[in-house]
Amino acid sequence: MVEVALETKNLSMRFGGICAVDNVDFKLNAGELRCLIGPNGAGKSTFFKCVTGQLEPTGGQVFMRDEEVTGWSPHEIASLGVGIKTQVPSVLDGLTAFENIWLAARRFLSVTDANRMTDEVISRLSLGDIINSDVGQLAHGERQRVELGIVMAADPWLILLDEPAAGMSAKDVDSLTNIIHEMLKSAAVIIVEHDMQFIRSIASTVSVFHQGAMLIEDHVDRVMADQTVRNVYLGKKA
Amino acid sequence: MPKSWQKESAIVIAIALILVYALPFAINTFTLSVLLIYGMLGLSLGLIWGFGGILCFGQTAFFGLGAYAYAISAINIGESTLPLIFSILVPAAFAALMGAMMFYGRLADVYLGVITLVVTLILFKFINSTASPIYVIGEARLGGYNGIPGFQTLNIPGRPDDYIWGDAFYYFCFAALVIVYLLVSWLLRSSFGRIAIGIRENDERMSLMGYDTRARKTVLFAIGAAIAGLAGGLFANWAEIVTPGLFSLGQSAEIIIWCIVGGLGTRLGPIIGAASLAYLKFLLGQQSMIDNTLIMGLILVLFVLFLPKGIVPAISDLWAASFGRRRKRLRKSRRGTRVMSNG
Repeated sequence: MVEVALETKNLSMRFGGICAVDNVDFKLNAGELRCLIGPNGAGKSTFFKCVTGQLEPTGGQVFMRDEEVTGWSPHEIASLGVGIKTQVPSVLDGLTAFENIWLAARRFLSVTDANRMTDEVISRLSLGDIINSDVGQLAHGERQRVELGIVMAADPWLILLDEPAAGMSAKDVDSLTNIIHEMLKSAAVIIVEHDMQFIRSIASTVSVFHQGAMLIEDHVDRVMADQTVRNVYLGKKA
Repeated sequence: MPKSWQKESAIVIAIALILVYALPFAINTFTLSVLLIYGMLGLSLGLIWGFGGILCFGQTAFFGLGAYAYAISAINIGESTLPLIFSILVPAAFAALMGAMMFYGRLADVYLGVITLVVTLILFKFINSTASPIYVIGEARLGGYNGIPGFQTLNIPGRPDDYIWGDAFYYFCFAALVIVYLLVSWLLRSSFGRIAIGIRENDERMSLMGYDTRARKTVLFAIGAAIAGLAGGLFANWAEIVTPGLFSLGQSAEIIIWCIVGGLGTRLGPIIGAASLAYLKFLLGQQSMIDNTLIMGLILVLFVLFLPKGIVPAISDLWAASFGRRRKRLRKSRRGTRVMSNG
């Protein structure tokens, strides 16, 4: 039997009268790559935040490796071995790239092992040029890469990336694709993304969100050929 | 590369040994003792604010609690060793409780400042209103606005009649400050310290890495309170009386000014800021031409405008600019590679 990395059952999130996430059933197997797409306000990021513990869902359940984690705080979920990258690059601005990645590694490893892991991540992400620079001084793409390094350093088995390609140059996006393939060797990956070009390039199963609910789940090519999806993206009534 | 811990400790101890004998030539040891105590109080806020990002408006609450814990237990015990330990433990426990309520309640920034301020006010009002003889702990009357005088002051452990006072008390305070300074340095080098700095930079990121930031902030807050409490216990010995004035808002504000003027995010800055401003206040207190709070305010404004990073960072920048050519060149070449990787 294939191990399930993440599963949600009837997951719902209401803000007053608005239902941002509406009874979503979602399942992701170990080692699988899944992209979440949908127009603005479809509920992708809210779904993401309910899964990572940044929001407490108003209904339904979240399971990770068969353990129920509904309502856990982000640090408890991260401690399970879940790597999370938020929409806006969330890095430690006053510290160097090395320190950023080291702190992530230190959570699960001893000091010596954390040093070794940090060096390894730095070479895998080719961050050698900027390891001693304050992250606050770096360009946007470099900051994104440092954040991916933070995620990788914890050696997670489930990785959640919210808009990793946002604001990146074409060259950066290429290297991001490689990084994601690298990550897939040891983890299941969920990506919330707008950039269809990028999603096509990593060619995966896509889940389309619309008005808080799951519209369709299929391979990216078939999803993009689907008339309903095209209508949703163009803002027509589904 | 950071200097090794042993090497840094050796340098700190060497400088301390020179200062401990040199300073009394300039200032009398009685005044120096209280400057050292204020230095320790400054360091306590410098640790939690400068390295933990926790702006506490009520550091005097812990200072005062330390002083009262010392005085009350010294009257009851009649020997100073345990009371001095209580002056550390009582504020630390109080801070752990208060910190847990604030941090687990997800309070941050300005709300944290408001709560710590209000707690200080409450303590001030409460202690002030305990003049009635019904407020007694063991044999110690709290004394309200009169304070508590006449308690056993510092003695050689186990020998209540051998007092540590005068010059000996000055050496004791100096040694205490050096030990606390070295412990703080060690703490900041440890993983706990580095993680605390990470939390200061980005609380959300650190919890997404899997760190329980609430627990860690509570612990750091309690450590800061323990240091402030020790300073309070020593202050009680210096003044030989504790009064509600220890909890005053004016004193609270002063500690914040010490940290800003000395340099936030450094260990030495708050100590130097505290000692120099407290000494300045002492000198200004000897004249009556101009009110010394006005001068304090003026100094703060001037520093915020012209030296916003404080004395210690300014001096080390100056040092790096004039003597640190090698480091500057290194930094420049690093910047060069960064530009290349961008292009």
